[in-house]
Amino acid sequence: MANLPKSEELSRVNYEMPKKVWSKVETTFEPGTYCYGEKAGPVGILGLPNPREWDPADPDWKLVPDWKETMNKSFKTRLERFRSLKVFMDICVRCGACADKCHFYIGTGDPKNMPVLRAELMRSVYRKQNTASGKLLGKIAGAREMTEDVLKEWYKYFYQCTECRRCSIFCPYGIDTAEITMQARELMHEVGVGINWVVGPASNSFMTGNHLGLKPHAIVNSVESLLEDIKSITGVTVNPTFNRKGAEILFITPSADFFAEPGIYTMMGYLLLFEHIGLDYTLSTYASEGGNFGLFTSHEMMKRLNSKMYAEAERLKVKWLLGGECGHMWRVVHQYMSTMTGPASFLEKPVSPITGTKFSFADSTKFVHIAEFTADLIRNNKIKLDKSRNDHRKITFHDSCNISRGMGMFEEPRYIIKNVANHFFEMPEETIREKTFCCGSGSGLNTNEFMETRLKGGFARASAVKHVQETHGVNLLTAMCAIDRAAFPSLLNYWTPGVDTSGLMELVGNALVMDGEKKRTVDLRDNDLLLPPENSSEGSHV
Amino acid sequence: MATLEFNGKSYEVDEEGYLTNLDDWSHDLGEFIAKNEKINLTEAHWEVINFLREYYDEYQIAPMIRVLTKAIGKKLGEEKGNNKYLYELFPEGPAKQACKFAGLPKPTGCV
Repeated sequence: MANLPKSEELSRVNYEMPKKVWSKVETTFEPGTYCYGEKAGPVGILGLPNPREWDPADPDWKLVPDWKETMNKSFKTRLERFRSLKVFMDICVRCGACADKCHFYIGTGDPKNMPVLRAELMRSVYRKQNTASGKLLGKIAGAREMTEDVLKEWYKYFYQCTECRRCSIFCPYGIDTAEITMQARELMHEVGVGINWVVGPASNSFMTGNHLGLKPHAIVNSVESLLEDIKSITGVTVNPTFNRKGAEILFITPSADFFAEPGIYTMMGYLLLFEHIGLDYTLSTYASEGGNFGLFTSHEMMKRLNSKMYAEAERLKVKWLLGGECGHMWRVVHQYMSTMTGPASFLEKPVSPITGTKFSFADSTKFVHIAEFTADLIRNNKIKLDKSRNDHRKITFHDSCNISRGMGMFEEPRYIIKNVANHFFEMPEETIREKTFCCGSGSGLNTNEFMETRLKGGFARASAVKHVQETHGVNLLTAMCAIDRAAFPSLLNYWTPGVDTSGLMELVGNALVMDGEKKRTVDLRDNDLLLPPENSSEGSHV
Repeated sequence: MATLEFNGKSYEVDEEGYLTNLDDWSHDLGEFIAKNEKINLTEAHWEVINFLREYYDEYQIAPMIRVLTKAIGKKLGEEKGNNKYLYELFPEGPAKQACKFAGLPKPTGCV
């Protein structure tokens, strides 16, 4: 982050509209405003078209000669296949309710980041091809041909959208601009135009089972290292199993939880919890990724990467799946899987072996979210907790886009935090729950070369964090998403230093009173604990 | 494709200067890449770089920081087994900068 402008400078956003009409404003690719193009290696592995080395900043994108025909044809097919796309193209009345709701618009002031105008980039092409007025009147009817300049504009602005769907909840017609972005990205992928931070992890996941490309022995080595730490911090020996046939439950989480800070502390939380309740579960070195970058590539890729988790569940003959703190994995499983692959009927309907609770929410997918599972344990008084072990933390909770808006999960994480910690403070109402602000790095944009725009995109979220830091002394942001855990450390360090980032289960791991444990003096990341107060049942502050 | 010129030979690198081919790396080339980032590699740097390369050899990925700090702590004493020590050696971050000098690829995904 050596060459980044100072935060005072970056926060001075220019909202003045350009003098020219939007379609005449040229698309430029300055460093920090775009992600690197997809590389030949991963493109080839995934069987995507036109593998080559190219640079979006170069005038020549080395496109195949018939790229335009391919795209136009596919656009037509998609309009028939996806009724939602056709409706979203037709029904916008340009009321502008969405215009200032996008974190990228708030942070950049670029009108093409207004959801209405982002969608217009595609609608204008739609009109030219599909409406009588567009065909006859062209520009006057707001219609334009797909050209190389339009493609470049798409690339820039459909990769300045994190598919977070905040705009959609303000649209009186319910237009979901994230769906438009997804379709635009899929169309571009069909002519070999995409970003490497999406196809790289997707190809790693396809080859090794996870985004990081961790081989089985690397996963085991990494978990063993965490077990050492658990032993030295808590005195407890934990023995997870890998690829064990006949286990009741297969647990799947983002690979970053195996391997990257602060995800590894969340992993330590899972391991401690499962040990504490004596869960019959196994980890897999093949289904070693919850995340699914197919969501940002194509329906086919999403299906391909999602099905490996179920293939592993079937191979290991488990009853059902338990999933960790991932964001878009849940979007895929919750929103797309049922119509994409159908229900996982070879697995059993999930029932908690500890409480007997039926998770009817997951009857079709057989995939239960760790927060739902844990909240149920707490509600049934099945785990022993010492809240005071999180007293050194003043916590705020960030609703991850895919879990909140994508899945409707708002209460479980809050219920858990209030049961494992004494100091919890909400950010302002218009920035949480279904109105949550994105971290600015989702949907495959959490790459280093894009940092300046990520910081702008995360400005709105970080400002709300700064508010609770200033008013309540918040020093920890907790979120249930691996991209959040990767993105927030840089984002908060830039905008509001002094606020750390954690997963939810790290807090649970701190609070869990394990059988046979030694007196804890540090938390899971080796920070000193505060001495427990005389009376730790003060309740939480909301 | 960007390239790096060294001793009359040209090496493929990515946009951020990471070597594209693992086999291209040599001790001298590592030193040269570090010099370009204004760092003179000392014995202390080499301890880290060598550990990274050995780990990569076995696991085909660079170790997570915690594994690295633990290993350095065991080898060189506890006072050096921490992030602060590593950041003093590699100001841009041990994961990114030390990997670059060691000729290893940068990590991808939710990291």
